[in-house]
Amino acid sequence: MTNKWDATSEHLLRGLAPQVLGAVARRFRDFSSAEDAVQEAMIAAFTQWPQQGVPENPRGWLIQVASRRMTDHMRSEIARRERETAVAAETENLTSLLVVEADMDPDDTLILLFMCCHPALSPSSAIALTLRAVGGLTTAEIANAFLVPEATMAQRISRAKQTIKTSGVPFRLPSPLERTGQLPTVLHVLYLIFSEGYTSSIGSHLQRFDLACEAIRLTRSTKTLLPDNPEVAGLLALMLLTDARRAARTGPDEELIPLDKQDRTLWDRSAISEGIELLTAALSKGSVGLYQLQAAIAAVHDEAASVENTDWPQILALYELLQRVAPSPMVTLNLAIAAAMVHGPAKGLELLRALDRDPRIAGHYRLDAVRAHFFEEMGDREAAIQHYRIAAARTTSMPERNYLLTQAARLAELLKPGCP
Amino acid sequence: MKYILMMNTMKAGQGVLSWPRKDLQAHIGFMMGVNQELHGRGELVSAEGLSFPDQAKLVRAGKDGQPVTDGIFPESKEFLAGFWIIDVDNPQRAYEIAAKVSAAPGPGGAPLNMPIEVRPVMSGPPPEML
Repeated sequence: MTNKWDATSEHLLRGLAPQVLGAVARRFRDFSSAEDAVQEAMIAAFTQWPQQGVPENPRGWLIQVASRRMTDHMRSEIARRERETAVAAETENLTSLLVVEADMDPDDTLILLFMCCHPALSPSSAIALTLRAVGGLTTAEIANAFLVPEATMAQRISRAKQTIKTSGVPFRLPSPLERTGQLPTVLHVLYLIFSEGYTSSIGSHLQRFDLACEAIRLTRSTKTLLPDNPEVAGLLALMLLTDARRAARTGPDEELIPLDKQDRTLWDRSAISEGIELLTAALSKGSVGLYQLQAAIAAVHDEAASVENTDWPQILALYELLQRVAPSPMVTLNLAIAAAMVHGPAKGLELLRALDRDPRIAGHYRLDAVRAHFFEEMGDREAAIQHYRIAAARTTSMPERNYLLTQAARLAELLKPGCP
Repeated sequence: MKYILMMNTMKAGQGVLSWPRKDLQAHIGFMMGVNQELHGRGELVSAEGLSFPDQAKLVRAGKDGQPVTDGIFPESKEFLAGFWIIDVDNPQRAYEIAAKVSAAPGPGGAPLNMPIEVRPVMSGPPPEML
């Protein structure tokens, strides 16, 4: 008996990946090989299920296929060792492992999430491993999302697993104390996956795997597993409230449309209301953190009918809070933008001056881009053009460079004699 | 973060044509090793070597839009011999790789210390994600 493969099947299949991996890793006590075996089972399912239908017990099917891969792998390992030292007894142990009955643990997904986002891993390794082991993506899909060859992505993942092995992370749920300590890293990795979905290079919008959606799905499942943590909810709200503007943030030629010029009727109302609902519930728990604050700022923007109707004093107050909770030069920069909206561009320029001496941001293109905007507001077109051009030369984002060059060109046209 | 590492050699770098076999092999082995390492670390996006500049054509569109080619590459002190595109966690790592490549062994096994131009590939995050 099978069920028809439909639009929800892919979602189902990916959601099963961490559960299957948990069961197989626990049984065989080898996370790294189990992860490879589950990947093979996932690829088999993606090939077979659309044609042959979804099996009655999809999880059992995946566990069985992955376990078979595991035993094949172990058998060849043993054969290899036997050739060298002759270990006969292990073959017997092996057969008992073939009996497959799911020993599920609802915490498996959570265990894997903490493991894949381990602080010993570099961000790029943690992202890749999380997407494969927890997200159920294939190596090819991850490689496509990051625009690197599949072989490179495979190496990155296998190296990440080696790092986990070397650092001796046990396959168990971290204690509540450990979890509190590691949660910021986990949330940061999820956020990086989300923001990666928004980066674009030339041609990347053509057939690229949607990482922003993937990050939302993973954060949603994290929220189910840690329902009482307000920062997890805050992060999910932030993603939804940001992603709600996706259709409005680029034009037909992938050109960047800034917040103040966006067609707000294109914003996704249902994502906005879900985000606001999540945020309201999280804030009521009284433990405010950086994701809740950023979500709150996104919510103020999303609720405004226009840039003029935006509650800028509230945004300014939220940035002031954010600067206390999680100070960074980028927060100061955004605070300067909000301050300029409330008190005028001169105030904004004054706040930016402090950043010129901060080595973490001095020379960053955003500083010039924002300064250019303030100068334009003040009517100093020459200075605005100059800073738009400096920013354009410094950015590493192609749509952003096009946007900044266009701004400079627009102002330069206005400066030409004979034009109004 | 993606970076391109461009290896520029002096046009006289065609001196490679007359390197002793031992030095040539050491150089080729070194470059293969670098590529292996970059691949093994999951950092390699692509690596290409380019033909000698006498194979190059300068192409411009003619009046009818058809390609007009110049026979030979004009005199230039330096030329692009090859490039890598790498995906690394930070600029320091890109510079580290560039320095390693720069010190590839030349005649007599001495490091060449070639200039390697390192530039970010335009793939940075949009402003609201910073």
